[in-house]
Amino acid sequence: MEATTDQLVSIEKPAITAPPDWEPVIIGILCNWCSYAGSDLTGTSRLQYPPNIRIIRVPCSSRVDPWFLVKSLQTTADGVLVSGCHPGDCHYISGNYYARRRFLVTKNLLNFLGFHEDRVQFSWVSAAEGPKFAKVVAKVTEDVKKLGPLHLYKKENFSK
Amino acid sequence: MARVGVFVCFCGANIADYVDVPQVVEEVKKIREVKYAVEYKYMCSDPGQQMIRDAIVNNRLTSVVVAACSPRMHEKTFRKALSDAGMNPYLLEVANIREHSSWVHQKDKKAATEKAMDLCRMAVAKSIANEQLFEISVPVTKRALVIGGGIAGIQAALDIADARIPVVLVEKSPSIGGKMAQLDETFPTLDCSQCILTPKMVDVASHPFIELIPYSEVLELQGFVGNYKAKIRKKASYVNFKTCTGCGACWQKCPVKVPNEYNMGLDKRRAIYTPFPQAVPNKPVIDAEHCTMLQKGKCGICAKVCQPGAIDYTMQDEVIEREIGAVVVATGYDLWDPKPYEEYGVGRFKDIITSLEFERMVSANGPTNGVPVRPSDGKVPKNVVFIKCIGSRDEAKGIEYCSKICCMYTTKHTILLHHKVHDSHSYVFYMDIRAAGKGYEEFVHKAQVDTHATYLRGRVSKIYKKGDKLMVRGEDAQIGQVVEVEADLVVLATAVTSPHDNPELARLLGISYDKHGFLSEAHPKLRPVETAKAGIFLAGCTQAPKDIPETVAQASACAAKVCGLFAGDTLKKDPMISTVNTEFCSGCQNCVNVCPYGAIVTDEVPFGHGSKEMRTVAKINEGVCQGCGSCVAICRSMAINLAGFTDPQIINEIVSI
Repeated sequence: MEATTDQLVSIEKPAITAPPDWEPVIIGILCNWCSYAGSDLTGTSRLQYPPNIRIIRVPCSSRVDPWFLVKSLQTTADGVLVSGCHPGDCHYISGNYYARRRFLVTKNLLNFLGFHEDRVQFSWVSAAEGPKFAKVVAKVTEDVKKLGPLHLYKKENFSK
Repeated sequence: MARVGVFVCFCGANIADYVDVPQVVEEVKKIREVKYAVEYKYMCSDPGQQMIRDAIVNNRLTSVVVAACSPRMHEKTFRKALSDAGMNPYLLEVANIREHSSWVHQKDKKAATEKAMDLCRMAVAKSIANEQLFEISVPVTKRALVIGGGIAGIQAALDIADARIPVVLVEKSPSIGGKMAQLDETFPTLDCSQCILTPKMVDVASHPFIELIPYSEVLELQGFVGNYKAKIRKKASYVNFKTCTGCGACWQKCPVKVPNEYNMGLDKRRAIYTPFPQAVPNKPVIDAEHCTMLQKGKCGICAKVCQPGAIDYTMQDEVIEREIGAVVVATGYDLWDPKPYEEYGVGRFKDIITSLEFERMVSANGPTNGVPVRPSDGKVPKNVVFIKCIGSRDEAKGIEYCSKICCMYTTKHTILLHHKVHDSHSYVFYMDIRAAGKGYEEFVHKAQVDTHATYLRGRVSKIYKKGDKLMVRGEDAQIGQVVEVEADLVVLATAVTSPHDNPELARLLGISYDKHGFLSEAHPKLRPVETAKAGIFLAGCTQAPKDIPETVAQASACAAKVCGLFAGDTLKKDPMISTVNTEFCSGCQNCVNVCPYGAIVTDEVPFGHGSKEMRTVAKINEGVCQGCGSCVAICRSMAINLAGFTDPQIINEIVSI
């Protein structure tokens, strides 16, 4: 039987209240040609955004293995942002289309595992969209902050 | 064990003002693998690079992390510093603490410092998993294929061949020359088109480094940059070009008359024909569709009159193969069919013609010997209305773009009309006059003064017949009134469109095209002649509408690119590409399907050591792979990895925060 997202997200409900100075860690996996260049532009334009994101550079969003997302959530991150070129703009012709399809499936899997859907987000940021990148980061950070620290499947919880 | 050196840059005040650099260095020193960590004002400067080189040697470092600006900025600089110190350049990692930390968290020094530390930790962790990589060299076949024998293809072929590089020039029609051969005179200097083009055409035919293959088309292109293999279909011409002397006895006697494409159907050619007198090669071909001998088996007159016996009715299409290293696509353009302009009576009124038809009429070797006439009654027109932007800049007709050349050739046509029919008068309906080009604005101004042409800014709404005249009703937006002009002849400046078979060609070459069918360049500004596929270049209108000077410039640019590609004996390539571990590969071929470049093929390897049984595995073509990593993520057996972005490298980054 297919479970709905609502039923599944309930798993993550009993969140432990975050300490007052808690800040989430977001991992941003960005494609080299559009989103990474866009994030560089955010820097050169001196646009400010929350300092929670740690950026990993990959050549193309199609390089992003679902494993990376699971591993991030399992170990260090409270949320993950994956960003690639706009549809049609892929430096590698069609990589971002693969990424988009794979991401939809991955998202279902993560929901099934009980992660709230806001923990992993996907966006299109071109090399010219510095302001958009700042906005996307702010939104992801805010969303994850609302959800609180991620405890589900964290390794340290298993060892107890 | 890994010995990592970390070099943290102040970037003047750019990093140091917002990130506590000494604290970052202290923190980084706590990492077990870090054997050396230092800060400096400008890491990219000569003394900064010298620090890196010295530290590599003195501390026996196994990898280097530079925490500075974006890797997009100085990765190459630091890689060079590494190789200067005798270290593999790909053992470098850059932690982007300027664009990703100091510049974007200027109000929170503590958070920015912490983030910079994390970014350094990530880079250190990644660099530990870095492997030595070596530039890939691919052999190169020094022969270029030029598709299309218009002015773009001619120029590209001549420029490449002049550099002593062999060229294969493929032209689909019986003669090279393209659209330019149909023009009478060219703007803005009124040079006779034939006079400047035909010497180049002859040069192509006689050039020792050019193999001209007319009346043929490219069927298939396989391989990758430097190593393509092209299949070319030579259409049956039914004339043996080796024995034919080009005397013309055959077409003079041929009884079949067919509308002449060269003259836009305004007169007739024969079923055996040379497209125009200056054709190169000047050998006739038989149009099989209309030849009675080939259709019904009767006639055979041309074979009878041919003294050298060059006619061969049994000739078949022939497929030949050529190994080539680069391709220049110069397939030119088509002209838009103005039929959708029903309100103008296109198709109903004979005296509405297109600009190229007008061009043929005023051409000295044209169907009317250079005098414009009305197709309906053969009279010389006195009042001629030219209407610009037919299709162009008209979203309702699906063409949003400007065709770029119509303003200028319409101006030229008013002058030519004035030269041929002295008492004539031109009326030009226009939207804007776009005369950006060397000498263009002056040309338009001079034409307006010399010909006294009436320029009316506005669109034509309707054309109807009154007696034997055409009444053109339009708006003159400058006086805000509807005007009517009594015309003997109406000339439509139809839009330039992409060649109708461009999408098909793009598919077989593996390049992309836009929604109008124009082939796409790799970058609209900085890589305007390259396509996304390495080794394939674009020249002329096949990329976008353009005039002759621009086309020639782009063709020469293509030639320079091809010569550059062939400058060395091998091609150097970035080593950050996928590799297959055949031990793990299950042969599912998901990677084959997902590769955007067709870089993955299948290979057979023995099941075990010494085994005779074979199994299928994936194999990456190093020359084609561009390193996107699609195959890595799709691989279920984790048999593929992308050098420089391997799973261990990225996982190290993730877990080290």
